[in-house]
This record gives sequence, structure tokens and C-alpha cells, in this order.
Amino acid sequence: MKKLGLIVNPLAGIGGRVALKGSDGADTVRKAFALGATPVSPKRASEALKRLCCAKDAFELVTYPGEMGEDVSVELGFSPTVVGSIEKGRTTANETKQAARHMLGMGVALILFAGGDGTARDIYDAVGGDVLVIGIPSGVKIHSGVFASSPMAAGELAMLYLAGKATRVAELEVMDIDEDAFRNGVVKGKLYGYLKVPDESRFIQGAKAGGHVGSDEFYVRAIAERIVQDMRPDCVYVVGSGTTTRAIMEKLGLPNSLLGIDVVENGTLKASDVTEKQLLEILKGREAEIIVTPIGGQGYIFGRGNQQLSPEVIRMVGVENIKIIATPGKILSLPAQLLRVDTGDAELDELLRGPRRVITAFSETAILEVV
Amino acid sequence: MSKAKRQLLKHRYHQAVWQEPLMYELGSPGERGILPPVLEKEIREAVGDVVSLVPPGMIRKEPPRLPEVAQPQVVRHYIRLSQETSGYDTSNDIARGTSTMKYSPKINERLANVPEILDLHPLQDESTVQGILEIIYKLGECLKEISGMDAFTCQPPSGSWGVFTNARMLRAYQEERGLGLDKKDEIITTIFSHPCCHAVSAVAGYKLVTLYPDETGFPNLTNLQAAVSERTAGMILGCPDDNGIYNPHVEAFCDTVHAVGGLCVLDQANANGVLGVCRAREAGFDMVHFNLHKTFSSPHGMAGPGSGPAGCTKELEKYLPVPMVAFDGKRYFLDYNRPHSIGKVSSFYGNVQVVLRAYCWIMSLGADGLRTVAETAVLNNKYLSKRLLSEVRGLAMGYPQNDKRLHEIRYSWERLKNETGVDTWSLFRRMADYGIGGYFASHEPWVVPEPMTPEPTETFSKDDIDEFAEIVKQVAEEAYSDPHFVKAAPHKRAVHLTDDDRLHHFTQLATTARAWYRKHRQSRGEKR
Repeated sequence: MKKLGLIVNPLAGIGGRVALKGSDGADTVRKAFALGATPVSPKRASEALKRLCCAKDAFELVTYPGEMGEDVSVELGFSPTVVGSIEKGRTTANETKQAARHMLGMGVALILFAGGDGTARDIYDAVGGDVLVIGIPSGVKIHSGVFASSPMAAGELAMLYLAGKATRVAELEVMDIDEDAFRNGVVKGKLYGYLKVPDESRFIQGAKAGGHVGSDEFYVRAIAERIVQDMRPDCVYVVGSGTTTRAIMEKLGLPNSLLGIDVVENGTLKASDVTEKQLLEILKGREAEIIVTPIGGQGYIFGRGNQQLSPEVIRMVGVENIKIIATPGKILSLPAQLLRVDTGDAELDELLRGPRRVITAFSETAILEVV
Repeated sequence: MSKAKRQLLKHRYHQAVWQEPLMYELGSPGERGILPPVLEKEIREAVGDVVSLVPPGMIRKEPPRLPEVAQPQVVRHYIRLSQETSGYDTSNDIARGTSTMKYSPKINERLANVPEILDLHPLQDESTVQGILEIIYKLGECLKEISGMDAFTCQPPSGSWGVFTNARMLRAYQEERGLGLDKKDEIITTIFSHPCCHAVSAVAGYKLVTLYPDETGFPNLTNLQAAVSERTAGMILGCPDDNGIYNPHVEAFCDTVHAVGGLCVLDQANANGVLGVCRAREAGFDMVHFNLHKTFSSPHGMAGPGSGPAGCTKELEKYLPVPMVAFDGKRYFLDYNRPHSIGKVSSFYGNVQVVLRAYCWIMSLGADGLRTVAETAVLNNKYLSKRLLSEVRGLAMGYPQNDKRLHEIRYSWERLKNETGVDTWSLFRRMADYGIGGYFASHEPWVVPEPMTPEPTETFSKDDIDEFAEIVKQVAEEAYSDPHFVKAAPHKRAVHLTDDDRLHHFTQLATTARAWYRKHRQSRGEKR
């Protein structure tokens, strides 16, 4: 029998209604309760779980005690296997991580978690891409692609997956506010990594289009084929972060850093996971191209998750030597199908704005506007 | 609810359910539908052993496995199957948008089935088929007038085939100027153009540049300007598109493409909203095609015989496929003497029955009638959208900032889906329980979430439109009150809920069984 893990971050979203713009940290939570906030995530988890009631006996529900999942499960008539222990009313990120690791160890097929971007990060830190997850959107900040479009959609997608009907897997972004930038008064999303999610775009946040679009995997490989075929000798290729760009490295048979920037020259790896400083060194006096892909559901091509590609690096390579790649599925996930830049250099941002070509398959491009 | 409305909503409808076995499971060994008379002795002797005429290598070792069924059972079988399907003659098919389902007058059906048409053979001598050649020729003359173009071919037997013909002519034109694929290798299209615009361009050897719409629902000129270059061979697009939106900058689009030496092709499969109102030529296009089985009325709907005549300007006429049906003032003939032609795009001269029906339809309406078709279709669409948008819960229009719509609108069930979990396909299946036979969500890819695209053409009555609006309203209410019931629909059809997700999975798609096997052998051997 398949095992389904359920993790509820009981404090996720608590800051929302009382305008605290987040719920991370004990201080915020205390403040939220003082302002009269009530937990929202258990209710959201329950809405998702309701969708699975009709198949109660077809899978084993594994969850954490009390408010971390046991309560909502029992309330709906499930008889969950409860593991671990918590101190009631005082759960933190540690319990979320612990629970995720625990469930991974028990061999769950899928973890359904209720929370926000912070929770997604905790899950990512604990289990990375080792287990499939679906986020039940319950936090204040929902920028990550791993969340279903609603609690109901999360439950339905889990149901489809358990019934063996959602067989494809997508790696979607785990995003959170960049805390350093936030302290300086700037709200910036940061890409933390990728979690594996059942690939049914009609259920997933920010990927609302759906239909019977061809598999993203096909387009990702077609794009890589095009990029590799067009590579010129002695040109330095700066390959950005993401799963779309990873396929280029795979096509070349090179190791890659999913979240980092890699440099390729003449089909070989020149440097891996480089810093801005290293890049400036490598690029000096060289002909080069930057290959980037927008963040799904958002559209940022610079300034989110690839700060190594600093204004200086971009200027050195030249705006005309930037190749943007994205699958049609990803394009449809972008709000209004627009690309965004936030390099930190207003003048450069202006230079990058306007319509740009995006490589979408082997022989196909699209024109998208950078705003 | 008024009495009239109660009648419109057919609560007691139920399709026939015959639990009909396969033909092979009917009958018994030796059973026959028809018993031919035994041959007379004289004939048998004169002809000899017929089987011996077949070369030994071709003779079957065992007789073919054919059904053995008596005539009444065969008739009953097919009548029953027909009762388990839906079609124009039994159901309201406003829901099948972009297809332009319209009334095909039965008189035209009769004419298309007279022996003089049915017994025609494409290899007959020209002198014996002057009548049908005249009809093909004159239909071309009508389409020239309707589109503003200078020449037409009726050879392409489907819409996409018509667009492909134009794409090949586009390439022939560029190649003759020394601008082959090494110099001009890109075709520009839009995401809301029919997927065939993308496909035929690729088949014709071109790379694709796709434009996305801005908030108005159509792409802006700035993005087109970024798309054109010296590599632009042309532009192939639909306008108005599936959203029923007419791009007001279409002339400027054509000018921009012409400025870099590109040609402009209009996919006018569905011209229902502009017939007799505006013409492709005046908008600046060099080539155009129509779907006779859409705009010009002919029974269709998935796999019916189609016809996609392709037209062009004088400058491009020489590239049209061979043969052209021509007239020398005295007689009609097939003109093969066309050295610049792209050759044949299909066998013979096109689907002549569809050509005949379209010709009858155009001639019976006349020029004013054609304009009335467009005006009525647009009016019908406005009436339907007014009802749907003000009365149906959870429904919205895609690109709501732009309410200038012609013949159809792509709506979105996104809100209903988020609030109830019921998606567009479930709603369709539930509409089937009220007798709706077909439903069109959207072409691929889905840009508008949870789409629905109805098209109330000029031939639907107010009652038809009201019936459809009532059904849509009803199923939306049901989705809110009992989502599980709607998701499990249909409940009143011959076939119930099937798992077609698997069928739509890309691993299962193949043009032929052989292609499917090839695909699967390949993907098994492939490292992932």
C-alpha cells in the first residue's frame, strides 16, 4: 500500500491576516497571536485532505502528532500512522525538517505539506529532491512553484498521483524572500532549489494553463540540442541556473550545478558554480554568451537566483549576447507571458527591457517582452 | 423559471444504450446477409475457374475472418450505433466553437448525392466532366470575389492542407528570388493562430517565431518589429483568431513583414465573422485559404471530408498546384502546363462534393446574404456572451479588457475550477447529459485557463442559443452544489466516464500503429 505523508506547519500563514507579511520566526508568531491571529494552515490542510476521503483505505496516511497533521486527519475520519513527537504549540522549522526526513525514511510515495515558502524551504533543506511533494498553499508568501493552485487542487493532485494517473514529474522552484535584501528594505525573491512535484500543470500554482501540451521534457531536450549545435569554437558560454539550462550540460555530458553558474568552452567545463569575481576573470577579453532561463511562474531572467550574473558581468558579455531559453509550458506559467529583470543597475535593466527572442524548441523561438 | 425555459432544458433526456457487441461478436458461422444466386452453367463454363486467375503467391491460405451476420442484424447494428452517437441532426452543437458548425441545407446534400456526381471518376475525359469542372472553376471565381485574391485552387482537401499549400508557395516564391532556406528561414505566427500554422511552416522547412498577445488579446506591433529580420520569409496567422478578436493592426503587420521581403498568409478557415465585410487582400495579405466545411457550410465535425481552397495574388498565381481548372472561353480544362507550380498537393482535384455544396450555398445566398451571415453570427455571439457572462456562476471571458469580439469568444472556467474542483472537461461531460453533442475547449496550448469556446453561428435560432445558455448555467450551478456528481458525468449517455488522460499522454500519441511501435521501441532503447 502506498504511503502518503502529511506535514502541517501549524503556524504558516498566521501573520497574513494581521498584516505581518510573513510568519517566520518566534517573535513574529508571538506578535501575530497578540494581534488576535488564528491558525489558518490546519484548515487549509483539511480542505486538501477532504479530497482524499473517498480513497481512505487505498493508502496509508503517515503524519506528525497533534497540530502537525494528526488532528486534521483524525477529524476527517482517517486513522493515520502518527510518528515523531512535538511540543504542542511550540513547533518550529526543525519539526518540519524532522518530519520530512522521518517520512523519507519510511518510504512515503508523496509528502503533502501545508505551509508557505518558508515551509517549502524547510522541506527542501531536509529531503531535497529525494521524495515527491505537493504544497498546500497556506502561507503568507507563496512564490514557490511547488504549491498547488488551491488546497483543493493539492488534494486532487495527490489523489491522481496515488491512483497512478499522474506519472510525470516536474522539478519546480523553491523560492523565498531574500532575507539580506529584505533587511535593507528591498523585497527580492530568491531561488533556493527545486523540489519534485507530480507534473500536472492544471493543478499547480502559476502554471494554470494546462491542456494536452507536449511534455516539457521534450522541449527542454530540443532547446539543449539547439544551443549545443549553435556553440562556436573558442566562445565562452556562461550557463545560468535552472533545470532548462541543466539539459545543455547534460547534452554536453558535463557535470552541472543546478543552482549555480557553470562556464563551458569548446565543449568542456571551464569552471563550475562560479562567483561573480571568477566570471569577470574568465570573461576578460573573451567572446562570450550568457544562457539564461526565466524562473517559472515569475519570469525573472536576472536578479533572482543568479546574482553572480552581475551588471558588470552582463555588460562585459554584452546585452546582444544573451540567449534566453524557456519551454512553451514555462512561458504559459509566466504572469501575462512577460519576462522580468532586476539586476540592481537601473540603466542596465532599461537596456534589457523590450521585446526579446526566447528559444523554445529546436527550431522555434518566441518573442516575449522584458518589463 | 418560465415554461419556455423549462422546455429548453431537457432534464429527461437520455441517450439510447444498446450494449451493442462488436460486429465480429454477432451472427454465427455460415450466416449470410445476402445470398447471391448460383451461377448458370453456361456462364460458369465460359468463365472457367475464377480462382485460378489469381497468381498462386497471392492466394490466401485461409479465408479472411469476416463477420457472418444476417441482413436485419447488420441494419439493426448500425442503426443502434448511430443512436449512440451525436451529430448536427440530433443535437445543439453551439459548444463546438472554432469549427463553425452550421446548417447544411438538405437540398445541397441531395445535389451532392445525385448519380451524376456520385458516378464521376477523376480519370474521365475532360469533355465528359464539363459540369463539375465548371462548378470548381466558378467556386474559385466566388472565392476570388470574397477574398479579393486573383486565383484559387480547390485541390487541398482540408484546411491545414490549404495552409500548407500556401506555405509551399511562399517557399517557391522566395527560392525563385534566390532567398532559399539558407537566407530566409523564419516564419512568424501567433500563439492563438491554429496549430496548423505552426505545423505547416515547420513541414515546409521553416523555423518558427511565435508572438504572444498582450493584455488586449492580440500581439502588439512592437513585438512583431522585434520578430522580423532579413531572415523572415513570411507570416502565417489567423485573424480574427479563436478569441473572436480581430487584430486592428493587421495592415501594419503586413506592411512590417513586406518591408523585409516576407509574404503574408492569412489562415481564414473560419471567416464566419467577416464574410462580406472585409477581405484578406485589402488587409495586405498575399495568400489566403478558406475551410469550405466551416465558413461555407458542409457537414463536418471530426474527420468529415473537408476542403481548404487556397488563393493568392496575381504575382503568386504561377506557383499554385497542378492541375488548375481553367476556362478558355469555350470549354473547361485541366491545365498542367504550369512550369513554376509547386506540383500536386493531393491526388486529383479536391473533394468535389464539398466544393459543390459550398457553391450551392454561396449562390443561394448571394453577396448580400453572405454579409448577413457575418452580421447574424456576430449578433448571435453578442447575445450569447451577454447571457453567459451575466448569468453563469464561475465563468469569465479570456482577455476581459477587450470586449470587441466577432463570431466567438474563448471563455474561462478558472474561477469555477478553483472554487469547486470541477474542470472544463467535466462540465462538457455533464452538458452531454442535456443532449450537447460536442464541446470545444481550446486549441493547444491552453493560454486561457480551463477554456470553453462556443460559437453560435448565424444558423442557430434564438431558442438554440437560449437552450445552450440554460444548459451552461445549469451545469455550473450543479458544479457548485454537487461537484462529485458533475465530475462523474456523463450519467445519461451510451458511454460513461472513460479514462482518456492516458490517451492524451504524449507517449501514447502516434499517427499510425506502426509509428506507435517505432516510438516505443525507440524510447525503450533510449537513456533518460
